[in-house]
Amino acid sequence: MSTTIILTIACLGVLGLLFSVVLYLVAQKFKVEEDPRIEQVESILPGANCGGCGQAGCHAFAENVVKAPSIGSLFCPVGGNAVMSKIAAALGQEAVEKEPMAAVVRCHGTFDNRERVNHFDGYSSCKVMSALYAGDTDCRYGCLGEGDCEDACQFDAIHIDPKRGVPEVDVDKCTACGACVRSCPKGIIELRPKGPKNRKVYVSCMNRDKGAVTRKACIVGCIGCGKCAKVCPFGAITVENNLAYIDFTKCKLCRKCYDECPTKAIWAVNFPIRLPKSATEPHTEPKVEQPVEENKEA
Amino acid sequence: MKTFKIGGVHPNDNKLTADSLIEVFPVLETAYISMAQHLGAPAKPVVEKGDKVKVGQVIGEPAGFISGYVHSSVSGTVKAVELMPDLAGNPVMHVVIEVEGDEWCEEIDRTPDIKRDIPYSSEEIIEKIKNGGIVGLGGAAFPTHVKLNPPKDKKAEFLILNGSECEPYVTADDRIMRERPEEILIGAVIMMKALNVTQAFVGIEVNKPQAIAAMKKAAADYPQIKIVVLKKKYPQGGEKQLIDAITGRRVPSMGLPIDVGVVVQNVGTSLAVYEAVQKNQPLIESAVTVTGHCVTEQRNFLLRVGTPFSRILDAVGGLPKDAAKFISGGPMMGKAVANIDASTLKGTSAFLLMTEEETKRKQESNCIRCAKCVEACPMGLEPYLLNKLCRAGNKYDELEKEKIYDCIECGCCLYTCPANIPLLDIIRMGKADVMKIIRNRPKK
Amino acid sequence: MKKLIVSPAPHIHSKENTKSLMRDVMIALSPTVLVSIYFFGLSAIKLILVGVISCVLVEYLIQKYLLKTKVTINDYSAALTGVLLALNLPPSSPWWLILIGSIVAIGVAKMTFGGLGQNIFNPALVGRVFLLVSFPALMTDWSIPQSWFREGIDAVTGPTPLAMVKEGLLSGQTIPEIFAANSFTTKQMLFVKMGGSVGEISAVALVIGFIYLLIRRVIKPTIPVTIVCTVALISTVFYLVDPMQYTGPLFNVLTGGVLLGSIFMATDYVTSPMNTKGMIIYGIGIGIITVMIRYFGAYPEGMSFAILIMNATVPLLNKYCKPQRFGKEVK
Repeated sequence: MSTTIILTIACLGVLGLLFSVVLYLVAQKFKVEEDPRIEQVESILPGANCGGCGQAGCHAFAENVVKAPSIGSLFCPVGGNAVMSKIAAALGQEAVEKEPMAAVVRCHGTFDNRERVNHFDGYSSCKVMSALYAGDTDCRYGCLGEGDCEDACQFDAIHIDPKRGVPEVDVDKCTACGACVRSCPKGIIELRPKGPKNRKVYVSCMNRDKGAVTRKACIVGCIGCGKCAKVCPFGAITVENNLAYIDFTKCKLCRKCYDECPTKAIWAVNFPIRLPKSATEPHTEPKVEQPVEENKEA
Repeated sequence: MKTFKIGGVHPNDNKLTADSLIEVFPVLETAYISMAQHLGAPAKPVVEKGDKVKVGQVIGEPAGFISGYVHSSVSGTVKAVELMPDLAGNPVMHVVIEVEGDEWCEEIDRTPDIKRDIPYSSEEIIEKIKNGGIVGLGGAAFPTHVKLNPPKDKKAEFLILNGSECEPYVTADDRIMRERPEEILIGAVIMMKALNVTQAFVGIEVNKPQAIAAMKKAAADYPQIKIVVLKKKYPQGGEKQLIDAITGRRVPSMGLPIDVGVVVQNVGTSLAVYEAVQKNQPLIESAVTVTGHCVTEQRNFLLRVGTPFSRILDAVGGLPKDAAKFISGGPMMGKAVANIDASTLKGTSAFLLMTEEETKRKQESNCIRCAKCVEACPMGLEPYLLNKLCRAGNKYDELEKEKIYDCIECGCCLYTCPANIPLLDIIRMGKADVMKIIRNRPKK
Repeated sequence: MKKLIVSPAPHIHSKENTKSLMRDVMIALSPTVLVSIYFFGLSAIKLILVGVISCVLVEYLIQKYLLKTKVTINDYSAALTGVLLALNLPPSSPWWLILIGSIVAIGVAKMTFGGLGQNIFNPALVGRVFLLVSFPALMTDWSIPQSWFREGIDAVTGPTPLAMVKEGLLSGQTIPEIFAANSFTTKQMLFVKMGGSVGEISAVALVIGFIYLLIRRVIKPTIPVTIVCTVALISTVFYLVDPMQYTGPLFNVLTGGVLLGSIFMATDYVTSPMNTKGMIIYGIGIGIITVMIRYFGAYPEGMSFAILIMNATVPLLNKYCKPQRFGKEVK
């Protein structure tokens, strides 16, 4: 009996020793020498592996940051300035400050604003839908509402509102990684500065059709009338192909264009309520963007 | 009886219009002729607003190697040359012609006599086909003159005419084979001459006995053309499947039929070739089946190119109440029509109306790994696996290894899937991504 | 006008769906079920009912309260597992035995992997094998319960032929002696077997079901045919080498769970390979393992183990066996 026990223990002991030696040798053979700073930088990074920086993941970003002579254009949008300054400190370099950005959906073709003229019955994906045809409304530039952006977002920051049919961005959660921008086949989503107190002014439309066609398809479409461009004191607005665009580097958030826009395609979000006009301004409540259901007659 | 060896499905035939004659559809007051009638670059319009045109007059010129001429299908005044939504709602350049009378170009021979001798050389034939704006009428609308002009290092051995018409419902090819068999065969002889081949086959599925009989009778005078009866199985009319069925040769992966010495043309194309070469008539009209169980009078029409779909309905008893989906083409590979004011193209073979009950996709459920998609795939792919890899995202290397680029988008996998998984929707998406990667790869 | 439906091609779909396929398998099992009810009466009905109800209930409870997902009991897959589990138990099993089997089959072998389509092992067989190793006495108690229809069925005796052979060989008898002692005949084996699980009772009923499945194109014949051929081939070889020690091909194919297993268990969609090459390897594997367990193993019957072992190889078979692709690769 005791010999069995001894034999068993001996056998297992020898086997264990043998395997540990093999493991050690293998580990030695395949060991990769790596700059210890890479690991250090990686530990500072948020570790979302979202690819928002344009690299294959956080490890690749850390590697490139360490290898590059200066941080330069490398920027982790998820970590933002705080993380970047930490990385810069760790590497003994100057941090590059960047304005925090957030995704903005440039279409408000909700069910109320834009009539659905047919019913899509394939796999629920904007990519499949846009490959097949122009879309389920008369506007072929607008949001398809199947939620590829929602699927692409790792931060739970963008959602299709089932009542409205277009996505909404949760600015607090959005890290501006750009995954939604890349996933949108219609190119509706844009990264714009978060703005002071999340205040933004932007053209919420991508329709480049002629005004009459746009108007027929959607009541909040940009008809390219150019009134906003005329009224803008900073020359921030350009109208090309019947579509206005506000350059956020020039815009000072004065909201003159917003007041001028006849179709309310220009949006001003998170501004305080302006007293004289408060009764007719449905979407100036703070925090979250509100639907524009009321301005059908506006 | 011959057929292709891998995969395939057996959807219900539903050839409702097999016994109705091809009727000439009246010319409407306005024609909307798209410049994107063919695969490749859309044609460049050469008429302007106010121009007078005759039937058969060139209104669009090719804008590239893979492109073609577009001719007016009516006579009258050009009302506009503008972007209009096509059947998918995307803007395409159209020439809008207000119809005045029906005046044809003088060189077009409109007599019903059959012209048998072919006094043209190979180059002349190809030139005539190019000038006639002939495109493949089997579905893809590939310019025929390009196909008949293979690269110098490749030699065609056979011409195969595709009369299989494996799509359910569609009977346009069946009808022209019954009504105009000899013209089709002369078209084949013309193409054989252009390709310099001595043997041709016509593949016809067994569910068209009258077409087979008519073609066999006509082929008695043409010993170089053999009629091959094929089993009924979808997608028999796919080029690669048809070549496998008739010759046993298999087109290599990423290859073209010419790689195995074969050129495939649709029987409708053959008829168009006959008309273009022997009668100088460009491709301005084609046989179109208007069908569907909900349609009151299913019929076959000879339809001028540029007739709006919505106006075709008037001739078949109006819009059926329960029609929920309009399809240009057959139910397996046809395109759903989003804009019914869009007009027919050269390659339109059918206009199919389906009810919600017949066509609505069912709720997707879990894959039960029944392997029915693997069994059905005529290319020997594994749709369930491709679906999984596509949905995982970024697995392009693996997708390429699994040969997603071989997918012919025939729809067998989606048709057969008992869990109603939209396999083809997803695979098509992944295939497009992989093809883009392959195309952008530097050539070795 | 109503809004048009727009979707990518194809625009039609075959009438088959998961539910109809499962229903077809149930229909194919009905001759076997009827035969077993004829011979085992109330106890067979009881087993099948408890099996179906408990499997469906377990799946319902897990989906509704544990996973909080959509309840999919109406696709018949759980019910089918219940029937198959019942058919794999001895006729005298108490009702709580199949209840435990159902909980293991659905709860452990199916739902933990993510439900229908995700499991690696055949749920019914996992349930059966769990019971076999946990309650060996009950699971090999082949006593005949009271029948409604006949009293004292002569054909249906105590232990299974396979068990008799095993015991006989252990006590030093030769095969012909065992056969003579128990008077086995081919006719018995074909129509009414001499004891065994509920569903193994009649080879003819099983084959009728098989033919139905083939006609309805529910399964391909590849797997069952390969298994049966392999079993027959290997046992022929052994039989020719030493007919005193090894049973012959006919006996091996017709007794025990070979037919039930190869037609209904090994062909389970979820746990079998997805292309012909893989199916053949899988079938050969099951055949070899079954015969080896029968000849050399401790258990008299090895079908369940063979199928479960080969289930584990299915992901590999799917990965390395590919269907014949159309056309050669151009380099």
